[in-house]
Amino acid sequence: MIKRSFFGLTKPRFAYESVNGKSLKPEKISMPRSVTLFCKAPYKGNGLLTIGEKVKTGQKLVLYGDSEGYVISSVTGTVSSVSPYIGDFGKSYTAITISAATQEETEDVFGKDPADISLENAKKYLAFSPGAPALENFSGSDESQIKTIVVCGVDADLLIFTQQYVMSSRSEDISKGISILKRITGAESVVIAIPCNGNAPGSMKNAGAVGGASGAEIREIRSEYPAALPHMIAKEVLGQVVPAGKTWEEIGIGFFSAEAVASVGQAFSSGRIPVSKAVTLIKKDMSKVLIEVRLGTPLRDIFDAFDVKLNEKDRIIIGGPLTGAAVYSEDFPVQPDTDAIMVQDAESVSPVSDYPCINCGECVRICPANIPVNMLVRFCEAGQYQGAADMYDLYACIGCGLCSFVCTAKIPIFQYIRLAKYELERMRLTEEAANA
Amino acid sequence: MLNQKKFIVSHAPFWHNGSGITERSYHTMLAALPALLMGFYQYGMPAVGVISLSVSAAMLWELAFNKAAKLPVTVGDGNAAVVGLVLAMLLPATAPWWIVIMGTFLAVVVGKNIFGGIGSNPFNPVAVAVAMMMLSWGGCFDFNQSLVNYELNFPSMVYPLTAVKNFGVSAADAFTVSDLIWGKQIGGIGAGFGLGLIVGGIYLMLRGFIRWEISLSFIAGIILTALLFNTSDPSRYGSPMLHLFSGYTLVAVFFLAPEDSSSPVNFIPMLLYGLTAGVMTVLIRNIGAYADGVIFAILVANLLNPLLDKIRPKTLGHIGKA
Ligand code: SF4
Ligand code: SF4
Repeated sequence: MIKRSFFGLTKPRFAYESVNGKSLKPEKISMPRSVTLFCKAPYKGNGLLTIGEKVKTGQKLVLYGDSEGYVISSVTGTVSSVSPYIGDFGKSYTAITISAATQEETEDVFGKDPADISLENAKKYLAFSPGAPALENFSGSDESQIKTIVVCGVDADLLIFTQQYVMSSRSEDISKGISILKRITGAESVVIAIPCNGNAPGSMKNAGAVGGASGAEIREIRSEYPAALPHMIAKEVLGQVVPAGKTWEEIGIGFFSAEAVASVGQAFSSGRIPVSKAVTLIKKDMSKVLIEVRLGTPLRDIFDAFDVKLNEKDRIIIGGPLTGAAVYSEDFPVQPDTDAIMVQDAESVSPVSDYPCINCGECVRICPANIPVNMLVRFCEAGQYQGAADMYDLYACIGCGLCSFVCTAKIPIFQYIRLAKYELERMRLTEEAANA
Repeated sequence: MLNQKKFIVSHAPFWHNGSGITERSYHTMLAALPALLMGFYQYGMPAVGVISLSVSAAMLWELAFNKAAKLPVTVGDGNAAVVGLVLAMLLPATAPWWIVIMGTFLAVVVGKNIFGGIGSNPFNPVAVAVAMMMLSWGGCFDFNQSLVNYELNFPSMVYPLTAVKNFGVSAADAFTVSDLIWGKQIGGIGAGFGLGLIVGGIYLMLRGFIRWEISLSFIAGIILTALLFNTSDPSRYGSPMLHLFSGYTLVAVFFLAPEDSSSPVNFIPMLLYGLTAGVMTVLIRNIGAYADGVIFAILVANLLNPLLDKIRPKTLGHIGKA
C-alpha cells in the first residue's frame, strides 16, 4: 500500500503498473468444474432455459427474450441452476450456472461470410465476450452519436497489467477488431491509448503494428493515476471535457478495452465467440500473476490454483485497489469485464471511521476534478444530496477514489459520493414514475 | 454455501495513506516542544504546572462534554490536548489555576464542542478562549505585572509590545532581533522563543500537518504592513522584525491560523486568509486598542474564511448554472 510520504508538501505519486516491453505469458488453470454467468436481466424464474439443458462452448443463452440480455456459455456442459444475484446498490442479475462436461464442443456462431460482419451481429453475440465491448451505444444508422472510439491498452487502476498484456500480445486480433469496429459503427476516428513507457521499445512497436494496419492513431497516456480513467483520457488525450453529469458517449466518445476489441476481431475472423479472459491476480503480498481463465470461473478455483490462502476477515476485490468492488464470496465468478482480482489480508484492510470531516483539505488538493470535497462530504453525510449536486458539483466526480485514500478523518468519501448519485437517481425515477 | 468464510465487504478505495487525526495532533504537540522546553527552562516549575494543568483540563472538559452530550468519546484523537497545550503556551507561567480551568472550558466547550466538535468550529477555539479571557480578565495577560517576580537574564523585563505601544519604539530598543529570536523576552510560556517556534513550524509545514500557504502569507502580511508603518514613522511603529518575533505572532502563525476547521483549503483563499490575518495583526497593534492584536486578527480571518473559500478553481466539466 502506498503510504503518506514523510514530507507532506508533495502529493503522493501513483505510478501505473508497467510491463515495460517484457513479454508476459498468462498462466492457465485447469478447466473449472462449473461456471457461473451473470445475465443483466433481473431474475424471473428459469425462463427459456431448463435445468439439465445441454449447452456448447460459445453458445448464446437467452433467458427471457433477446431484449433483456444474454450470456455466452464459456464451457460445454449442462445448465445446473438459474438463480437471482443481487449486486452493488441492489442491482439484480440472474446467475446461470453450468456444470462442465469433459468433452468440449464449440459452437460456430458466424459463417465465414463477410456479410455476417455487422453491427447487429456484434450486438447480438458479442456483448458477453471478454472485455465486454460496449456496443449498445451504437446505432446502425448514420446518425450514430459516437464519433471517436478509444481503445484502451492501459488499465485504469493501479497494479493491473491485463490490458497492457492484451495490447502487446494480440496485435493481430486488435487490428482486425479496429477495422471491423470502424466499419460497422461508422466511427470517424479510432485512438489507441498506450502507456507512456519512455524507453520501452516493445509496446510502441506493437501498438505501431496495430495502428499502422488499421489506420488508428496512437497516443500515450501519462503513467500516473488517474490518467487512464476515461474522463482523464477524454480530457488529456482528446481534449474533450465530459460535462458534469453527462456520459462520455453523450459527447461522442466510446471506450473499449484492448481485450474487447480483440474479442471482436477474433470472433468475426474465427466465427466463434471467445470465452477466455485475461486477468491480473494480485496476491496478498502484492505480487502479481497474469492468468487466463474461462469466463464464469469461480474465484475459488483461481485461489486454489495459485495458492492463495484466505482467512476470515480478508478481503476479495474485483478490480484494482482504488476503484474495485469487494465481493463476499469465493464463489463469485470472473465476469467479461473482470480485469483484476485482488486479495487483501485482514491486517491490511484499511480502516474507515465515522469521524466528521476536520476540514484538513487533503481531499480538495488531490481531487483531479477540483471538487470541493470537504464541503461535498458534509452535505452527503447529512443526506442532503440535492444540495451536494447543486452547490458542490457532485456530478463532476470522475470516480478516482483518491479523496478517500488521503482523508485524514478516514471518511469513506467516495462511497458517500456514489451513494448520493444513486439516491438522486432513485429520486428522479420515482418522481418520473409519479408524474407519468 | 455452508461454512462460508466471512470476508470484509467494503467500498473502494481499498487503500488508505495511513494519515489520521491522532497522528496530526501528536505531531503538532511535538512541534510545540522546542518552544515549550525553553519556557520550562526560563520560568521553571510554574510553567510546567500551567502546561500540565491546561492539557489535562482540556482533555477532561472534552470528556465531560462527550458524556454530557452522550456522544462518542473523542479524547483519544488528541485534539483537546492540542487545544490545551496551545492555550497554555499563550499564558504567563504565573497564571492562576482558575484561569487555566476557565480558559480550557472556553476553548474546548465554547470554542469547539458547542459548534459540533472537531471540524465544525468556525473560529479557532484557542483564539476564542483567549479573546474572551482578555476581555474579562485582562490583567492575567499583563505580562509586566504577572511576571514581576521573575528576575531573568533578559535585556529588559518589559513586554516588548506593551512597551512600544505605550512609549514608542525606543522603549523596546533594548531588544535586539537576536534577543527576541532566542527568547530573551517575557511573554507566554511557549510564545517567546522565536527560533523554537520557527523550527516547529517548519517541521509542521514540511510534514504537511499545517498548510504552508497560510503560515507564509501570514508572515508576509505582517512584514509588509509593519514595513509600511515603520517607514512612515519609525519612532512610533515597530520594525517588521519586532512584530514578527514578539507577542503571540509566531504561535499564531504556526499553531492558531492554520487550524484546520477555521481556515480555508483552496490555494488563493489560503493566501488571502493568511495575508488578512497578518495585516490585521499589525493594524490592531499599531492603531487599535490592544498591544497584541494577533488573537483578534485571527478571529477576523476566521470570520472571512467561509467567504474566502468560495474562491476556488472550476470543477472538471463544470456546467454553468443559472
Ligand atoms: S473520487 Fe474523490 S478525488 Fe476522485 S474525482 Fe471524485 S471527489 Fe474527486
Ligand atoms: S480529507 Fe477528509 S477530513 Fe480532510 S477535508 Fe477532506 S473530507 Fe475532510
